[in-house]
Amino acid sequence: MMDAPKGTKNQQSPAKQEFIEKSKAFWNPNKTQFWQDQNVDLVIDRREGYLLYDMDGRRLIDVHLNGGTYNIGHRHPELIEVLHRGTTRFDMGNHHFPALGRTALAEELAKVCGGGMQYTMYTAGGAEAIDLAIKCARNATQKRKILSIVNAYHGHSGLSVATGADRFSKTFLSDRPDEFFHVPFNDLNAMEDALKAKDFAAVIMETIPATYGFPMPVPGYLTGVKKLCERYDALYIADEVQTGLMRTGEMWGYQRYGIEPDLMVTGKGISGGMYPIACVVATERAAVWLKQDGFAHMSTMGGAELGCLVALKTLEILQRPQIRPIVNYISETMHSGLTEIMKLYSDFFVGIRQCGVVMGLEFDYPEGAKPVMKHLYEHGVWAIFSTLDPRVLQFKPGVLMPNALCEELLERVERAIGLARDECMGSKSRRRKAAE
Amino acid sequence: MNGIVAELLAGEKRQTGQADMMLEAAGWAASSFALFDRARVDAIVHAAAEAGYAVAGKLAEAAVKETGFGVPAHKKIKNEITTRGLYELYRNEDFCSKRIIPDKKIVELPRPAGVVFALTPSTNPVCTIFFKILLALMTRNAIVISPHPKAQVCSAEAARVMAAAAEKAGAPMGVIQVIDEPSLPLIEHVMKSPRINVILATGGTPMVRSAYSSGNPAIGVGPGNAPVLVDASADLDQAAKRIVESKSFDNSILCTNESVVVAEESIADRLLSAFGRNGAYVAKPEEVATLRELLFGTGSFNIEVLGKSAAEIGQKAGIRVPANAKIILAEIDRIGIDEPLSKEKLCPVLGFVRAPHAEGAITMSRALIRLSGAGHSAAIHSKNPATILKFSAAVKALRVAVNAPCSQGAAGFATHLAPTFTIGTGFFGRSSVGENIEPKHLINWTRIAYNSDPSEAFGDFSGIDPRFPDPVLGRESPMTLGRLQEGAEMVPAAAGDEVAILREEIRRIVLDELRQVLRK
Repeated sequence: MMDAPKGTKNQQSPAKQEFIEKSKAFWNPNKTQFWQDQNVDLVIDRREGYLLYDMDGRRLIDVHLNGGTYNIGHRHPELIEVLHRGTTRFDMGNHHFPALGRTALAEELAKVCGGGMQYTMYTAGGAEAIDLAIKCARNATQKRKILSIVNAYHGHSGLSVATGADRFSKTFLSDRPDEFFHVPFNDLNAMEDALKAKDFAAVIMETIPATYGFPMPVPGYLTGVKKLCERYDALYIADEVQTGLMRTGEMWGYQRYGIEPDLMVTGKGISGGMYPIACVVATERAAVWLKQDGFAHMSTMGGAELGCLVALKTLEILQRPQIRPIVNYISETMHSGLTEIMKLYSDFFVGIRQCGVVMGLEFDYPEGAKPVMKHLYEHGVWAIFSTLDPRVLQFKPGVLMPNALCEELLERVERAIGLARDECMGSKSRRRKAAE
Repeated sequence: MNGIVAELLAGEKRQTGQADMMLEAAGWAASSFALFDRARVDAIVHAAAEAGYAVAGKLAEAAVKETGFGVPAHKKIKNEITTRGLYELYRNEDFCSKRIIPDKKIVELPRPAGVVFALTPSTNPVCTIFFKILLALMTRNAIVISPHPKAQVCSAEAARVMAAAAEKAGAPMGVIQVIDEPSLPLIEHVMKSPRINVILATGGTPMVRSAYSSGNPAIGVGPGNAPVLVDASADLDQAAKRIVESKSFDNSILCTNESVVVAEESIADRLLSAFGRNGAYVAKPEEVATLRELLFGTGSFNIEVLGKSAAEIGQKAGIRVPANAKIILAEIDRIGIDEPLSKEKLCPVLGFVRAPHAEGAITMSRALIRLSGAGHSAAIHSKNPATILKFSAAVKALRVAVNAPCSQGAAGFATHLAPTFTIGTGFFGRSSVGENIEPKHLINWTRIAYNSDPSEAFGDFSGIDPRFPDPVLGRESPMTLGRLQEGAEMVPAAAGDEVAILREEIRRIVLDELRQVLRK
């Protein structure tokens, strides 16, 4: 409906211009300006399914999904309904007492996770949940050190930010080099060298590291890491915030890779973006403090009961028998469509990192994902570059993306990548025709 | 989960949400299936048909047990006809490939409907489901079935048997699905959904009307009420035999069964005797009144006698019906609103009315269909083409079975009509199709039409096909490594986009390395 290039930078409405100035004045001047400099002047107004509408009316297909938060689509009607119904009876609840919603969700998560993952602890967001998982591991092992990968990202709170890249921790003097260590991804030797002294409480792994551009674990890597954890008495924390909830074709990414973690963190998509909630699911050993001193950690908003209801509905939707074929159809379609596009622009678009609908598109040009992001935005698609590897575009279709929208998305992606390629590599060298 | 939480989760949108996901999966399956070539389609149809055939007897019994309608042996026959029989019937027809018509400079491309939403009845549950599924598969459509709640279990089983076989034979995932808990609001929701492409409705009139008012294309079928005219030229013994055979088949549960015999007066008594000799019990006048009360006492047809045997009906009516009687004949003196027995009767009770002459018989037959069953079926037993022609032109039926059992004949099993379990009732019956429904009704054709001017030459389309990428099947989520990431060096450069090569190659390399690491 709004395919005309209305609302691009030069044609911002006065209302939008005024708003952007306010955003700089009161919210986040640098970040607001960054997006203007990138020619991505998005101010999201209405949202529905996998579509976003800019405040000037421009329609965008959302393949960022805020890191999978909108995995089952924006404002999913069943989540809206359950939230409404919930408010007729519940509010956040009182965190001290046994609670109907919290226990129901915990029971469901134990069923969905399997493998002795018996207990669920709640927080309001993913970073806080990572902190809690680390605290559990430290309590259970009575050790302090935490190992993660180089260029990891697990959130911005006290402990979680220390697991990640310096990019985020040093600004706030929050790196903790004496307790938090990093080894290269996909390198079992480095991992073993670090763990050998048996003084690590846990290894924390995003099953596929999102902010690093979704580099895929080579087969055997994650199972290797888990074995090393067992050998050297460290717990394995699976950060499933972006890889859980059917995005890899299985409920949890770690299931796709055949491992059983000691602790698992889910956030973002578990609430479908309708009510903040995040969860730590743990084995009995990892969550032993719950038996010793249940008051040792608590959170007023963690596990708010309205959020529990929304999460239960999300899990219900994601366990319906049709979900698996639908995710497979979407990811197969993306794979074959993107492979065709890669053939057209093979000197620029060089690789597809993919596990289900978790995807990173590689552009062999410094910060090549940024011009792609810009041209996608101009062509009605919102996808974000990877902060920790800007050659890679995070490409994250939702698990229920409709057939026709997938087709439309691929058409738009092809045009945008072609223009980005010309911008980066020059339009002189002719596009290669698809191999016949 | 405790009751309070369960209740909060049980909103109205749960059912519609579930249905939408079924339709979404079906839509994916349909767009994939439309790219299949004929050989692949044939293998899938064959596998589904054989799987259905294998359970024909089992599901016939299950259907009778669940619904209380009909005769297991007859249902088994219908289940066999709609599986192996249907496959054999259409195996040499091609609904998947282009047709070239050189003299008209036209090429025709079959275009499947997409997602077929099929409503199926309780009376003929399993065979209707087999029939509709095979029609959908032959024409490369996906199908979502909403069975009648009264036949829910056997219907779902029938659909699942075929779905498993079709998917095993290579069909896209989700090509055949069945709604487990059909309800009226849910059916309304699906019928109105933009995710379906055509409704194939077999059921009661309200259901069919609702399909037509949904805004989606619909092929709906209405009720029957077939007159069967027997004139003076007919072979009376044969006619009686065929009518009894038809009326007793599956206890008269096919909508193509005869409703009222309209007999020319001059042969009426002899015809009654012939009926007696061929397994019909001719009810006495006071027994006709009892039957009228039993069948229509409440104003509409008593569902308690639907698909029951003559003996059971006799028992319910308190009539002594001989054990060997297959049908009950009830003589009536008029056709019309004031004689309920002239309405459709899905049970082996057959009306019998006398007409002074052939012309009068045609008028009465016309009246019968005016009452109900417009556009459906009629039968005639006659050796006189002029009478047959007049009868067929006068009566508002779109198929007339001649000297044949109407149940089977109108449905295409004792005639050369298209064998079907879905009878189009056409404009007379407020339907879009007036024929017996067959595969061709589930596809459209794109017609490539050249300029008719002789100076414009027709292209050579032989041996070429539109080339599309391999259809995706919904079976697996791809997993590939990038080329600019850690670990990429372990991957042969050219394999960066090939899933299969990676998986084995890397697994081997990594396991080797891992073993070395662990040995240290």
